[in-house]
Amino acid sequence: MENRKVIIIGGGPAGIEAAYNLALNNCSVTVLEKEAHIGGNINNIVKLFPSFVSADEIHENFSQKSQHENIKLYTNTDITQLFFENDLWHAKDASGETYTADALLLSTGFKTFDARFKEELGYGIYSGVITSVELEAMFKEGKITTPEGKIPQRIAFLNCVGSRDEKVGNHYCSRVCCINAVKQSISIKELLPDTEVFCFYMDIRMAGQFYEELYRKSQEKHNVNYIRGRISEAAATIDNRVQIKCEDTLNQLPMKMTVDLLVLMVGTEASDGTTNLGEQVGVKGEYGFAKSLNLHGADNLTIKKGLFLAGSCKRPLTLPETMADSRAAAFEILNYLNQN
Amino acid sequence: MKNWGFTISTSRTIDMDKADLKTYNKITEKVPSAKRCLMCGACSATCAAHNHTSFNFRKCHLSFRRGQFENLAEELDKCMLCGKCKLVCPRGVNTRAIIFNMRIFLNDLNYKKISL
Amino acid sequence: MKFNLFVIPFILGALILFAIIIYKYIRWIKSVDRKQEYFIRKNIFTFKTIRAIGEIIREALIHNKIYKKNPLLGYMHMSLAFGWFLLIVVGMIESSLSSGTLFKEPWLGIFFNYFITTPHGFHMADTLSFIMDLLLLIILSGVMLALIKRMRARFMGMKKTTKHHLYDRLALTSLWFIFPLRLLAESTTSAIHDNGSFLTGSIGNLISGLPVQAMELPLWWAYSMALFFFFVSLPFSRYMHIPTEVVHIFLKNWGVTVGEQYSGYSDIQINSCSRCGICIDPCQLNYACDITNVQSVYFIRDTRYNTLKDEVANNCLMCGRCSESCPVGLDLTMLRQQLRNKQEIPGKLYYNFIKKDNAIETTDVIYFAGCMTHLTPKIIISMKKIFKSAGINYWFMDEENGVCCGRPLRQQGFVQQSKDLVSKNLRIITESGAKLLVTSCPICYKSFKDEYTLSIPVMHHSEYIEQLVMQKKLKLNKTTIKTVYHDPCELGRGANIYDQPRNVLNKFTSLIPSESEREDSLCCGGSLSNTLIELSQQIKIRDNALEELTKHNPDVLITACPLCKKSFIHGNKAKVMDLAEIIADNIITDLNNNTTSSKVNKAELVLN
Repeated sequence: MENRKVIIIGGGPAGIEAAYNLALNNCSVTVLEKEAHIGGNINNIVKLFPSFVSADEIHENFSQKSQHENIKLYTNTDITQLFFENDLWHAKDASGETYTADALLLSTGFKTFDARFKEELGYGIYSGVITSVELEAMFKEGKITTPEGKIPQRIAFLNCVGSRDEKVGNHYCSRVCCINAVKQSISIKELLPDTEVFCFYMDIRMAGQFYEELYRKSQEKHNVNYIRGRISEAAATIDNRVQIKCEDTLNQLPMKMTVDLLVLMVGTEASDGTTNLGEQVGVKGEYGFAKSLNLHGADNLTIKKGLFLAGSCKRPLTLPETMADSRAAAFEILNYLNQN
Repeated sequence: MKNWGFTISTSRTIDMDKADLKTYNKITEKVPSAKRCLMCGACSATCAAHNHTSFNFRKCHLSFRRGQFENLAEELDKCMLCGKCKLVCPRGVNTRAIIFNMRIFLNDLNYKKISL
Repeated sequence: MKFNLFVIPFILGALILFAIIIYKYIRWIKSVDRKQEYFIRKNIFTFKTIRAIGEIIREALIHNKIYKKNPLLGYMHMSLAFGWFLLIVVGMIESSLSSGTLFKEPWLGIFFNYFITTPHGFHMADTLSFIMDLLLLIILSGVMLALIKRMRARFMGMKKTTKHHLYDRLALTSLWFIFPLRLLAESTTSAIHDNGSFLTGSIGNLISGLPVQAMELPLWWAYSMALFFFFVSLPFSRYMHIPTEVVHIFLKNWGVTVGEQYSGYSDIQINSCSRCGICIDPCQLNYACDITNVQSVYFIRDTRYNTLKDEVANNCLMCGRCSESCPVGLDLTMLRQQLRNKQEIPGKLYYNFIKKDNAIETTDVIYFAGCMTHLTPKIIISMKKIFKSAGINYWFMDEENGVCCGRPLRQQGFVQQSKDLVSKNLRIITESGAKLLVTSCPICYKSFKDEYTLSIPVMHHSEYIEQLVMQKKLKLNKTTIKTVYHDPCELGRGANIYDQPRNVLNKFTSLIPSESEREDSLCCGGSLSNTLIELSQQIKIRDNALEELTKHNPDVLITACPLCKKSFIHGNKAKVMDLAEIIADNIITDLNNNTTSSKVNKAELVLN
């Protein structure tokens, strides 16, 4: 298999899907994954929106795909250096081990916003303030508890934490948090039907198939309450609950409420791998995301020959979009390899 | 005339054909970031005066936008200018400058500078 | 009598100048406010006057402060000021020794060489003539440097210099012509009568081939006319600072200060500004945001000519960097605030809605967090921990329903409205019977100190923590954390608190000095005083400050102000903590004490 070696950095959904499709087409694929297992951010998720299909299914699927004979998978491999030399792409990790290939696919994905930057919301200060990622971990355990181990009577969600926020420098919308909040609200209600759930939003963005229907269902069937008003600060009460302050903008009155848990819907940011490696090879774009050559028509190509992009390292994407994007990337890589 | 016990109130519709929408442009000229406001309410939520009284900055801003100026100057006097609103705004709107300029354009007596 | 018609422009100019100046000064000193007037009367015949004279010599003549900024710049100002001063004085000595009288022909000293053509005519004539020539040479070198500064300010250590007004250009031109004309006139006379010294004599010899007889009188006329134009334009130009600065130094030493309202003393300060432009370079709006029309020199000039616009008056961070660098020592921050003052509406009350019946606790110590501190709750939590650990009986005054201290209103000129807020808080403080007021916000701190007439001491929490440590009420772990301290504008330059936080940090952390610190520290950009700049410009200022502060890679950047903390955290360059936080994190666990100290793990710090 001359000249059909491909390196894929990042063993998340984008990486694995692309690897599989390339492997089916006689490429010799090396997948380099930083963590101990593949799956990326999917590992943190229990159920996927909007259909509530179990993430385990998707996981199984990826596992199988990654075992194709043309794929060599290296986990616990953190690539720190990327360069193009002698017509080949080189990926070097911290210990000095170098991998080479004819084409390189960057699918390093995203990380979530560090909510400690919003000090006034109390994350990292009050134990009752958690992120959506931490809440999802509770779903994995199958039980949701307050920091004292009790069943929460009231849970509040705050949308747009770290997104659409000029103060932290992320002006963009992270796309997935709104639907994720609706999904998590429903999940809570399914586990704890008597718990009150409030969702504080600036906008409710349901731009996807069956999203709006899910939103309706959450209101009608699951009694989730939606309040238009951005929570400006959270404080702790004597009994370790969280008191939040916001304005009920539709009513034009100040509102305060004590809740057991405040869930911050943290936005997506470019992962450290995306930012660092992207900078090294000159494809670092706005906010640290990787920049493709052309949004309409060359969205998996970059300004560097033989360097391709797939998935949420470019911009916030949902899972189906990521997988479609990575198949497109695989196709582009095949075209490229066939030409040379 | 029989006393019905209530008055029929005049329409409180915002008639966008008749409303004075131009005066707001004077504000946006001086404070262009005002156009970015999406009325999320974080400003009024954190407002120091909001705890004590009905003063609501977001509402004042919105009223000015719609050309509804009655009692606005009086309301704006309640602002303590502490700046918490500006600090929490996710759109980076210069809220204090909006209050300032609203008071100028409403000919707020309080705003007249001392001439030297 | 030694007289010639060409002397008339000079005499006329001088008389007009004195008339205008005396009129203005009398008007201004009269409108100084009552309290200040008392200071003048009390101190005029004391040692303070002598101290003032000392300062006049040091600053107005020798320009000591400008020397410290840049020696060449200092020399330039000194050569013109001191040089001309000595020229006049020695000229008077020359003329009185020659004529035997003191003030019979007061213009004699100015036009000496024209009238006294017999060289060596009296005791010390040669020495004095030499000195006069030397002084003229020094002044001319100053004029040369001034010309160079106009074209290339960089040679004098200034990146930007003042853009000049038309009046200033006229006055400047006539000033610069005076001395070359004097040189030419004296040299021409020397060519005829050989009464010059090393400079005028040599030039005289050089030009003796020219029609010097015809040139002589016109040159002396030109010299006199240059003096006339200069004198007449002086009160309307930047050179008004020459006499006014002297008055300013006297008043300042007698204890007069820039107060709440604009008064005669403000006029004196405004007219003492020499428009040297030294305030432009330190201004962060200038070099970080490229805003070059709002610096102090410009707002003062606009005030003088009554063309001050709101966009100029309001666009100021009030960080104090300009006042720090002003060689005349003007209180630029207070002047700008005075110019923002709004009219009072008699009898109007603004904050009646603040309920009187909010519970007031009796206590020893009041803790006032400040509006901004509520958005950085870690500071509050840390202070609570500190109070508890030290066993202090305190009342957290603005925990719920706090009222702003009033300073943001005051900074924008809403004096009456600010006083309304002040009275509300003052009542609460007095009724609580507290003996000490501790606050976490430097803006509130300044407000309590300046606007509130409190009978109890006020402390910023950095001072208070230092006191607790010295009284051994706080026991802290020593750590090896590398810290850098940022002086907040209001706490440092505003209240002169530089050492207290450093003393604490030096004892318990590894404090490293930063590039611009203490009086030189940079503003974080979060200023409440500037209502005009947009967030993007504040970010530029902040990034500029962060770069300096993080140059030596500290582990933690320590601030003492919630606004600074918020500003720097968003800059995402280093871990930022308030002084109270790092202290609270390192309180030693007492067996009886329930507070836990967290063992500071350096790696944990960085990752967190």
